[in-house]
Amino acid sequence: METISTLPPELIRMVIAVIIIISFLFLNAIMMGYAERKIAGHVQRRPGPMEVGFHGILQMIVDGIKLVAKELLIPFNVDRTLFRVAPLLSFTPVILPLLVIPFSEKLQARDLNLGLLFIVSMGAVNVMAILVGGWGSNNKYSMFGAMRAVAQAIAYEIPILLSMLAVILMCNTFSLKEIVGAQQKVWFVFLQPVAFLIYVTAGLAETNRAPFDLPEAESELTAGFHTEYSGMGFSLFFLGEYTNMFIVASVATVLFLGGWHGPHLPYGEYLGVVWFLLKVYFLLFLMIMVRWTYPRVRFDQLLNFAWKYLVPFSFVNLLITAVVVKL
Amino acid sequence: MKQYFSELYTGGKSLVEGLGVTMKALFMPIVTVQYPREEIDITPNFRGHIDLILDPKKNTYRCISCGLCEKSCPSNCITVKGEKLEGQKKKSLVLYELDFTKCSLCGTCVEVCPVDALEYSHEYNLAAFSKEAFHYDILKRLEDRKK
Repeated sequence: METISTLPPELIRMVIAVIIIISFLFLNAIMMGYAERKIAGHVQRRPGPMEVGFHGILQMIVDGIKLVAKELLIPFNVDRTLFRVAPLLSFTPVILPLLVIPFSEKLQARDLNLGLLFIVSMGAVNVMAILVGGWGSNNKYSMFGAMRAVAQAIAYEIPILLSMLAVILMCNTFSLKEIVGAQQKVWFVFLQPVAFLIYVTAGLAETNRAPFDLPEAESELTAGFHTEYSGMGFSLFFLGEYTNMFIVASVATVLFLGGWHGPHLPYGEYLGVVWFLLKVYFLLFLMIMVRWTYPRVRFDQLLNFAWKYLVPFSFVNLLITAVVVKL
Repeated sequence: MKQYFSELYTGGKSLVEGLGVTMKALFMPIVTVQYPREEIDITPNFRGHIDLILDPKKNTYRCISCGLCEKSCPSNCITVKGEKLEGQKKKSLVLYELDFTKCSLCGTCVEVCPVDALEYSHEYNLAAFSKEAFHYDILKRLEDRKK
């Protein structure tokens, strides 16, 4: 007991938070992978995974074991350092944003006063991971995938930031906790419906999800930037992708859907996490449905949509918000 | 400018409609069959390997051991043997074998049979560990069906 009491309490708190977040991250990837395959199955009127466990519930665990046990193949003539660093670059930065997300009033590892900027900047690192992986693979498909990812990210980061700014203008803070606090009475989705739509659309593109999954378009680029990755390298990219989806959905929840607010629960300051996760997984469900509904856009359509529709609309929305707030 | 907004409207509408279609499909019953556990009846036109027809009047085969099927088979996979047993006028069948490893399912044997003694079986679960398992004793299969 004495050693624990001599340690700084803040350090213990952070260690516990990081452990919980990393285990949650793996759990989330497993659940999302299973949900994705089940929903894909039922949309196409087939049952999806059915063999391992009750209704295939253990399928993702078995797949995970397979991936861990596989040999990490390094192809001939690749840039070895970059090739090995890329999966880590894709996985590590996605842990950090979860530290500032307020799951409920008291369940938050750190309330940064620049929390939103921190999340956005960490999201940008993921693009670099894709570029590094694609460049390091010495493969034309990977290279194309990486180039597309960068062009896409540049185009779609602007509407994301502008739609976030509209919310920030309304509550005058970058701290996620205070943004949620400002939505006590009315959620911002009702005051900023355009910004919400723009954020969700651009968020889909930001996470490289269908219909904007051009960096890994399987029909054109085999698997895009992770063509050459096997085993754990691939699964780190996979984990990174699903965690990015979770982050995008939870930022949308924080900014527009009122975070932990919902009908009253006992121990509300902790159990608000129930409402938070319900909203997040509703958005994630929508993202999965979108993936299995729409065909992939062409690259010129993708950029046209960003520059001709999303950017002007978010500018106008921001302008109107600024004027209304000033009045 | 007008086109710009009308495109946005029609595009957005069709996206919402599309989501409605998949959302409906999500809750419809599944249509695929979980094969090893469930099986559906095979179509009556399915042409599997040949079988002897069990004549309900005679309660046995109609084959007269003429050997036309054996002769007409392009892959030489049919063996027919008939013998005159004591006290009987006609030949009776003692062996009817099909080497299914060579059969190309052309159906010439069924067409050429003068007494319509052959039919296509509906068997499609064809997997075995040895080549010999595909040397079918058609006569024995008929005897098994009689029981």
